Amino acid sequence: MSTIEREVPSTEELRKELRRKEEELRDLRARVEAWEAEYEKAPKRDVLFTSISGREVEPLYTPLDRSDDDLYLDELGLPGRYPFTRGPYGTMYRTRLWTMRQFAGFATAEETNERYHYLLKNGQTGLSVAFDFPTLMGYDSDHPRSLGEVGVCGVAISSLDDMETLFDGIPLDKVSVSMTINGPAIILFCFYVAAAEKQGVSPEKLRGTVQNDILKEYQAQHAWVFPPEPALRAIVDMFEWCSDHAPSYNPISISGYHIREAGATAAQELAFTLRNGFEYVERGLARGLDVDAFAPRLSFFFDIHNDFFEEIAKLRAARRIWARRMKEVYGAKNPASWRLRTHCQTAGVTLTAQQPENNIVRVAYQAMAAALGGTQSLHTNSMDETLALPTEKSVRIALRTQQVLAHETGVPNTIDPLAGSYYLEALTDELEGEAEELFAEIDELGGVVPGIEAGWFQREISSSAMRQQEEVERGERVIVGLNDFTDGSEEVTIDTLKVDPTVEERQRARMAALRERRDDDAVERTLAALTAAAATGENLVPRILDCARAYCTLYEIRHAMEEVFGAYKEPVFF
Amino acid sequence: MSEGERKIRVLVAKPGLDGHDRGAKVIASSFRDAGFEVIYTGLHQTPEMIVNAAIQEDVDVVAMSVLSGAHMTLFPRVRRLLDEAGADDILLTGGGIIPEDDVRALGEQGVGRLFGPGTPTGEAIAYVREWHREKTGAANAG
Amino acid sequence: MSDPSSSVTDPAHLALLDGIREGKRVALARAISVIENERPGFQALLHDLLTRGRSGGARLGITGPPGAGKSSLVSEIARRWREGEEGVGIVAVDPTSPYSGGALLGDRIRMNDLALDEGIFIRSMASRGSLGGLATTTKEVLDVMDAFGFPRLLVETVGVGQTELEITGAADTVVVVLVPESGDGIQAMKAGLMEIADIFVVNKSDRPGADRLVKEVRSALHYRTGRTGRTPAHHGVDHSRVGGGAEETEEQEEDTGWVPPVVQTMAQTGDGVDELLEAVAKHRQWLDETGELERRRRRRTLERIRDVLDRELKRRVRRELSTDDDLQDELDRIDAGDATAYSVAASILGRIALDPETAPLPGIDR
Repeated sequence: MSTIEREVPSTEELRKELRRKEEELRDLRARVEAWEAEYEKAPKRDVLFTSISGREVEPLYTPLDRSDDDLYLDELGLPGRYPFTRGPYGTMYRTRLWTMRQFAGFATAEETNERYHYLLKNGQTGLSVAFDFPTLMGYDSDHPRSLGEVGVCGVAISSLDDMETLFDGIPLDKVSVSMTINGPAIILFCFYVAAAEKQGVSPEKLRGTVQNDILKEYQAQHAWVFPPEPALRAIVDMFEWCSDHAPSYNPISISGYHIREAGATAAQELAFTLRNGFEYVERGLARGLDVDAFAPRLSFFFDIHNDFFEEIAKLRAARRIWARRMKEVYGAKNPASWRLRTHCQTAGVTLTAQQPENNIVRVAYQAMAAALGGTQSLHTNSMDETLALPTEKSVRIALRTQQVLAHETGVPNTIDPLAGSYYLEALTDELEGEAEELFAEIDELGGVVPGIEAGWFQREISSSAMRQQEEVERGERVIVGLNDFTDGSEEVTIDTLKVDPTVEERQRARMAALRERRDDDAVERTLAALTAAAATGENLVPRILDCARAYCTLYEIRHAMEEVFGAYKEPVFF
Repeated sequence: MSEGERKIRVLVAKPGLDGHDRGAKVIASSFRDAGFEVIYTGLHQTPEMIVNAAIQEDVDVVAMSVLSGAHMTLFPRVRRLLDEAGADDILLTGGGIIPEDDVRALGEQGVGRLFGPGTPTGEAIAYVREWHREKTGAANAG
Repeated sequence: MSDPSSSVTDPAHLALLDGIREGKRVALARAISVIENERPGFQALLHDLLTRGRSGGARLGITGPPGAGKSSLVSEIARRWREGEEGVGIVAVDPTSPYSGGALLGDRIRMNDLALDEGIFIRSMASRGSLGGLATTTKEVLDVMDAFGFPRLLVETVGVGQTELEITGAADTVVVVLVPESGDGIQAMKAGLMEIADIFVVNKSDRPGADRLVKEVRSALHYRTGRTGRTPAHHGVDHSRVGGGAEETEEQEEDTGWVPPVVQTMAQTGDGVDELLEAVAKHRQWLDETGELERRRRRRTLERIRDVLDRELKRRVRRELSTDDDLQDELDRIDAGDATAYSVAASILGRIALDPETAPLPGIDR
């Protein structure tokens, strides 16, 4: 052990030092005041000096903006150490770059499977499944409500049969798969586990994530199936089952992305997402689970919007708040339970249909903010997403944007390189403070579910959306190519992708063939057992796995649960 | 409001399974603020539900927001059902992520203007007002 | 072709009458618009519809503060009536924005389960500045639905928490919906809802405070009726007030008045709605047996006559004086001391009364 011998300073020396510091501070204050007077007099551009979220931004930040009480180790610390402000892992991008995980899925399982093979051959290490709207809502491809939407915005998966095809030739013990599905998440998860089983891969070898965040569906995204209480029960069933059988799998990705895209501010995204996370923790605890058994597998998903510094600060604040609460409020002992890991996606809502090529630039800045904020994986949007589904070329440019960032800019070389910036640290503190205020408001409402039922979240989000829309319409907020610099906005020349109109037909034919060849007795038996289990407190995962193995369809399984759970009805809020 | 004058009634509808109602809600609120009476259907509507509501509410305009890519199925179907129900004088308009070629094709099938993302709400309001003025003007003349 | 005895002359309106006779919903919807907008000739259209026969449909009114779950309840009630295959006409009123004159009518969202039912017709109305919980022509719209042949009519008030007492003029049975957690009991008393309720519903009865709210309502009723409170109901009807219990029969003997029952519901799941409908049926039976229905309907008719007169007079005054400019000469005379506001009003009223063109309602025989 090395010891550093230091002379203990005398009281006189300490006093001198203190005086010197005080003098400097006084001097600084005086200078800042003089500077402010000068600033007041100077002409200013006639624009809003606020963030996208409407936050007042000062023209200058100095050491005066840091609180005297803040101790470096309490507030920032080191990467991979409590409170994780500087990053969830000790060595960050020096050991491993963020995962470049592009969300993809379209048409039928066969077509998407081909695309996955192509992506894996091109060096992508993780897959991210985009499901079509019928699948997201728990409808089979041949259900009347699916008309016109089968395979349009993602891949149609209506049974284990489709899931097997989707991952045909893709070893599920090697490739981590992220699935964006919420309302019927438990069903698709069981299709996935059963598909792995068919490959001879046992659940403990599965890596990857299922989004499975129903609270934000009620608040913002609206792909719900069941009412909150039974939906939350199914989620905790998955926590429990995964902690016993699939310890490397993330059974949830607590998502702010959709909250933000629906119009929330950065602080609302931060607070609502984390509060949702704490809700899941509380539900797990209420089930009697050990917090350290499931909390390390909770993962997050944030939006990266246009305001560069606010977004970086948001990720840093998120890590600090999560760590503090997990440790202090929920008594987690395992540092992995304190560590917030997140996926990020650039903000789709910032893309414009006008001059779509400009979107490449927006995405690049947003991607840089995500990297500077310390994300674990990133999806970059394609420039043409406001016009249609992205073409192969625009998807490639989006991926190249990440590669340029990772390999040419030097951004990944230093961990949390903006730490210590007077502005960034002030923003991080401010966001944390605002989140705490919002937590208190939510508590006053009685928690997340009563807040949803009262429409509080929905109203908060839509009034923020309205404010932003008004700012743009009044021209106070410039969107290049949309409300300013519009020369050339009229002609849109880029190619767009057309979805093959025969997909729906082909998928229906697949379903018909499946219904023909499967064992009807097994279908009926497993569905009846599921309905019975839903009425008790039994963990539903094994029951749904049985249904999946018997080739029950998505809608059949949904329906079997709905008989007990009921369906969620949309509340009315503006 | 003077005697016999009619408020413009608009059904703002969200067909299909996508749940992105930000655009629909913003336009519904803006229409209200422009003095229209707006009936909002809520999410996940089928064409049949939309047409049924449009008939019962006797609206002048049906405005649909479609972001799911299913516009080539949904718009023509709603148009056809409206016509079949004897409501061929109802304007069908809307917005969403709809490529230019499709906008043209839908226009040929009797669908009104379709607004892309980022369109100022004022443009849609002006369009509906103008259409209504022409329609009621023509009705008075005839 | 149209009925030759019809007083309606507008060919468009004649076509609507034909359509309504044939059961066409488009015609019903468009007739409602004519009436809602009080377009020229609407009085004759109404007169014609109402003299052709009515179904005499039972009218159930739902009122209560914002967020009480009125629309969900309406939806659940309508669905149950439809299981009995009865047609249901629904009018839901939402507020008009005082700033823009526009309105956002969102009640249909909660009624989406009913959206494709051919036996149900839902019409949203904006209050258009009318206070009292209904739009100016809501009662007339109910009449038109009645004439169309719906045996059951449901009307839901604005629900902005103001005094919404007009519902008594629109419905045979008034249900006041309250929810726990919002001090509803006290608000209801302040807003005069205690006096108009035929039935109370404590909705969202799984929420904390539900039992307390039931007690509050009961004790307020006790003040109103001078009766003692009963043991609190648990999810459903308090059978001491409705139902066929022995105790209740006794009560009926000693008192022919109606004591509003308190029903607990959860409109989201439909719990307690059957019990509510039992109470509604019971109330209807009471209305029939005591002759109260007839009395209420006559009272409503009386109100309607006054109401039509008020509105006609207003309309005529407005027509006579479409702008303030029409009064400039009179203002000068008042300034000069040659007239007063009263003498000016007297002369205008004289002109309106004497005008042979506008004095009768167009197309209607006296």
